[in-house]
Amino acid sequence: MNAPHPSPETAARSLAPLPPLPRGHAGLSMTEALLAALTALAANKLRAALTALGIFIGVAAVIVTVAVGAGARQQVLAQIQSLGANLLVVWGANVRLGGVSMGAGQRPNLAWDDAQEIPRQIATVQVAAGTARQQQQVVAGNQNWSTIVIATDPDYFVAHDWLTAEGRFFTQEEAMSGRKLVLLGATVAENLFGEEEPVGREVRIRSTPFEVIGVLARKGQNPMGQDQDDAVIMPFWTARRSVMGASRAFARSVGTISVKVHEGESMTDVEEELRQFFRQRHRVAANEPDTVSIRNLSEVAATRDASARTLSLLLAAVAAVSLLVGGIGVMNIMLVSVTERTREIGLRLAVGARRRDILRQFLLEAVLLALLGGAVGVLVGIGLAHSLAALAGWPVLIQWDAVALAVTVSALTGLFFGYYPARRAANLDPITALRHE
Amino acid sequence: MTPLIETRDLTRHYPSGEGVVAALEGLDLDIEPGEFVAAMGPSGSGKSTFLNLIGCLDQPTRGRYRLAGEDVAALPPDRVAALRGEQIGFVFQSFNLLPRSDALANVEMPMLYRGLPRRIRRERAALALERVGLGARMHHTPSQLSGGQQQRVAIARALVNGPGLLLADEPTGALDSRTGLEIMALFQALNRAGVAVLCVTHDADVAAFAARTLRFRDGRMIEDTRYQPVDADTMLRQKFQ
Repeated sequence: MNAPHPSPETAARSLAPLPPLPRGHAGLSMTEALLAALTALAANKLRAALTALGIFIGVAAVIVTVAVGAGARQQVLAQIQSLGANLLVVWGANVRLGGVSMGAGQRPNLAWDDAQEIPRQIATVQVAAGTARQQQQVVAGNQNWSTIVIATDPDYFVAHDWLTAEGRFFTQEEAMSGRKLVLLGATVAENLFGEEEPVGREVRIRSTPFEVIGVLARKGQNPMGQDQDDAVIMPFWTARRSVMGASRAFARSVGTISVKVHEGESMTDVEEELRQFFRQRHRVAANEPDTVSIRNLSEVAATRDASARTLSLLLAAVAAVSLLVGGIGVMNIMLVSVTERTREIGLRLAVGARRRDILRQFLLEAVLLALLGGAVGVLVGIGLAHSLAALAGWPVLIQWDAVALAVTVSALTGLFFGYYPARRAANLDPITALRHE
Repeated sequence: MTPLIETRDLTRHYPSGEGVVAALEGLDLDIEPGEFVAAMGPSGSGKSTFLNLIGCLDQPTRGRYRLAGEDVAALPPDRVAALRGEQIGFVFQSFNLLPRSDALANVEMPMLYRGLPRRIRRERAALALERVGLGARMHHTPSQLSGGQQQRVAIARALVNGPGLLLADEPTGALDSRTGLEIMALFQALNRAGVAVLCVTHDADVAAFAARTLRFRDGRMIEDTRYQPVDADTMLRQKFQ
């Protein structure tokens, strides 16, 4: 007798029945349904992978989008912070933003005394600091660096939220006394002193020696791309005497006035009050244009935030479409799978599967498929966001709630698009299913 | 003793074009536990409809069907599924094994839907495979098994839930005559152990192994006879030795 055919002699005349089973029909357990779904997916690995691709792209897009959006937003907020929160800057009317403030032949129309007067007139203003700026060569030992000299008032530090990295600010008394003190921006300190300690050292501007009393904490670029740390700050009257000499008529004039509004007050209201303040002060007739312009710098940053948000929205739309297409892909492949396994479904129904067991099996398969895409999408999305940060220098910030949301949405996509095929499998007629070729 | 199967005026009509086809008409039948019954008839005679109704895969148009004392029509669908799982083991002409699963997993499958833990399923599936003579081939997939061995796996699967009734639909139809005999010998051995067997076939040689034969024609049972069955083991010995 050959092995595959058990010989009739050895076949028992009567077969002992199997031991009795406990009665009861608990139905397919969740674990077993999960295992069955995994096995079914594993049987068609390439197909599963290709189907999950749509979901994968959608989820990865969501992760990257949100990370880039959040990163941009965080950067903008940081910039607003660095510019100085609740800050309005008053310019002479015909002076452009970012331009040199005191061009020849232009009548400087902002005065040091205006800055002193503003907080007295407008209660919602915390401080106002008049500021003159000039490009100057700063020399320390054999190093020299061309930078902006900002001549101002100690209130300027408050208005622009400056902090010191080392040393201290100058006081009101020092400012009035005309002492030759200076604070260096981080970029200037680096270029003049390198690794050395600048505080207590001496720098020369137009041959006049100044004592370095502090180094400002780094702020980085402003929204216009200018390095805010490439500047030195000194008391206004010291500068007038020793650095930026001006004719007697212009001695008290300033290029800009930085106005810090009390926390929680309306910026637009203060802006209007400032406008009226200068119209009165400059005796502007009702039909004449304003003599000053007032800029809310954080608005510039906020505009960039808005454009970043538009981009995010666009990418989010791409992600949504991708998830939709991915979901349809899942539905399609599940329908194919149900058709292919019609006989198997018939068999399962014949051996005691309830319709909801079949439904659960196929639904789980669809959800697993979508989750698979989602999980890979999360990993690749995070990787991509980090590469963008590293390669393109984009600020990105992984939002974990967005990651959780993306995974949930992918599972829900599987559930939604898997329901119809699973329903179809569960409602098959076992007789026709068993005869299906 | 309650009959295992009890039908009264069991009738199934199918809509067909303008009218209806009476696939089964007014069947009154009792089958006791442990019987070996063959249902015969040409195609279209109603024997397949009869099998589907007995297997709770189809609902009658009219009449009553009790399986192990339970009125099938009165049960909710989930209960019918459970009853089918517990009381009936199906054996098909084309085996209907899961092609990617090994013999053990195939036999385990019905127990999944009973919610039995894995350890018990494995033990029991292995035991069932040993009973049908495939203890050494538990980890073979269907493609690694001969037709006869595949049908044995299918029989083990049918047995594994401990049913009172095996429903076999042309179980030897896809097998050569010798393997077919071996399968019938297996059915007889199982039957001697107390399992009722209902075998649908068009082959009188196969029906000869049953102690009772039902003949169907045009949707009606036209004959119900009992006689001494042929012993498949004896026949195997006579023919092949």
